[in-house]
Amino acid sequence: MNTVVTSVGELQPSGRKLRQQRVEKLIKFLLMIVAASGMLITTGVVVALVRPSIDFFRSISLGEFLGTTAWFPLYEPPDFGVWPLIIGTFSVMFIAVIIAVPGGLAVAFYLSQYASDRVRRKLKPTLEILAGVPTVVFGFFAINFIGPNIAAKIWIFSDVGFYSSLSAGITVGLMIMPMMTTLAEDAMAAVPRALIEGSYALGATKRETCTGVIFPAALSGIIAAGVIAMSRAIGETTIVLLAAGSTANFTFDVGQPMQTMSSFIGFAGLGDQPTGSTGYQTIFAVGSLLFVITFILNMFSRKIVARFREVYE
Amino acid sequence: MVDKMVNSIISEVSGASPKVGSVLNVSVSASQSSSSANFANEIIMESAGLQVHYGDFLAVRDVNLTIHRNEITALIGPSGCGKSTIIRCFNRMNDLIPSAKVGGNVYYKGIDLYGPEANSGEVRRRIGMVFQKPNPFPKSIYDNVAFGPKVNGKPSKKETDEIVERSLKRAALWEEVKDRLKQSAFSLSGGQQQRLCIARALAVNPDVLLMDEPCSALDPIATARIEDLMGEIKTEYPIIIVTHNMQQAARVSDRTAFFNTEIGANATRPTGVLVEYDTTRKIFSNPSDTRTEQYISGRMG
Repeated sequence: MNTVVTSVGELQPSGRKLRQQRVEKLIKFLLMIVAASGMLITTGVVVALVRPSIDFFRSISLGEFLGTTAWFPLYEPPDFGVWPLIIGTFSVMFIAVIIAVPGGLAVAFYLSQYASDRVRRKLKPTLEILAGVPTVVFGFFAINFIGPNIAAKIWIFSDVGFYSSLSAGITVGLMIMPMMTTLAEDAMAAVPRALIEGSYALGATKRETCTGVIFPAALSGIIAAGVIAMSRAIGETTIVLLAAGSTANFTFDVGQPMQTMSSFIGFAGLGDQPTGSTGYQTIFAVGSLLFVITFILNMFSRKIVARFREVYE
Repeated sequence: MVDKMVNSIISEVSGASPKVGSVLNVSVSASQSSSSANFANEIIMESAGLQVHYGDFLAVRDVNLTIHRNEITALIGPSGCGKSTIIRCFNRMNDLIPSAKVGGNVYYKGIDLYGPEANSGEVRRRIGMVFQKPNPFPKSIYDNVAFGPKVNGKPSKKETDEIVERSLKRAALWEEVKDRLKQSAFSLSGGQQQRLCIARALAVNPDVLLMDEPCSALDPIATARIEDLMGEIKTEYPIIIVTHNMQQAARVSDRTAFFNTEIGANATRPTGVLVEYDTTRKIFSNPSDTRTEQYISGRMG
């Protein structure tokens, strides 16, 4: 049998092709560095948080931090019970999520299933503009409009003052609603058209199709959207600082001023805390706690998303 | 030449499955009178001057079909001839496409489906549909079948159990799934999923069943099972089936409508037209139109 033999270089690239392949390698390396920097920055943030926090817990016991209920870290004598901040944080988050999640879902259902093309073309850009409004503007909106006109009217259990966590929570909810809408709508758009047609073909109405087929099929995406909304609500600083005041009240009455963990950090960070002082270290201790709480929420929600994941085929 | 081809199809099928062979015998005896008008089975659905536009584009025009009880009607023709568009007019699925405009009439027991007496939801309940690709909901086998009855008048748990069992039995799936009704529908094979979709459609007790290329995603064995099933249920549910597969039309159907495309004056894209509609025996053995003959003998399409 005869075998065809050729020169060794025939299957090797040459000229332009060879240069292109070198560029490929370079690009891969550059992209890897960019990706790795994300991890480096996260590590850097954790280290920057942890070191002053450790110093803080050298002088203040964890028992006092998590076991008492008065928070006056910058007063003399100081109190370091963090519970008012935790309650404030969850109050604002809870109110915001109650508004943003059902509201965002309703708008998403409307946009993806009910709205005509013409309405959708007008409504979507408007929502995107709303998502781009600076939070400080939302903060003044809360003080001037939401506080006196909405929060003071709907909260019948106590007198709502100038500052209230209710007004802050409502405004944060409105602020994150467009994002919730967009994410939920993306999740609904990913539901295969064949499933939706299958539902209509059985005589189901729009509402029955939305609740019976689209919602369960998009549930994992919707939960993920809700979790991101929740994280945004926990982290929101400016609106809360402006609308809920800076008194760390130990109360469940959302008509009262409250301080959240992030608004405390924003507030104390503006004051002149000497580097290394206990007041300075408090900021980092609260930051660490915030980090831990959001981390736990994220882990928890990943579990939930995995649990509800619907595979389409 | 056409005759020879059909004969080979018939002998091949009757050898493999006596049930389908007997179906063809029915159509043979009925079509001896050569005209479909003499067919004894009464008409349950009818289209008159049916045409569909997508925006400005005329997709298919002048479709006059009669759908008879106890029969399977096959719609065949090359890609883009409007078969799927037409079948979707029979249960108003085209309502869901904003740009689609349906002209002409479709009658179900004499009522115009697009008239004021017809509600789209009730139309779709009466005229069930099975799609090209199996599209079970991401739910359990049980919940898939129970979905239709639930949205059409909340039966009790016991009634639902009965409907689910009856429908799965009717779709020849009960024996394979009765011990795992709570499992996800996606745990089933493709052919089983398609039979589940048939069970789901039958669960709302329709009067007519539309099938849009129901076997195109299935292997030959799963296809044969679906075809057997169609033969079994057609006396209860008249079937309209779109198929790309001429042999399938010849095997299962009693009547065949052949669609083709043509480019009209001032048109840039081809429009679908109904070329010939007759008994399957007539279409495959002695078509009146040369285009039909060319298509089924493989010289076109």
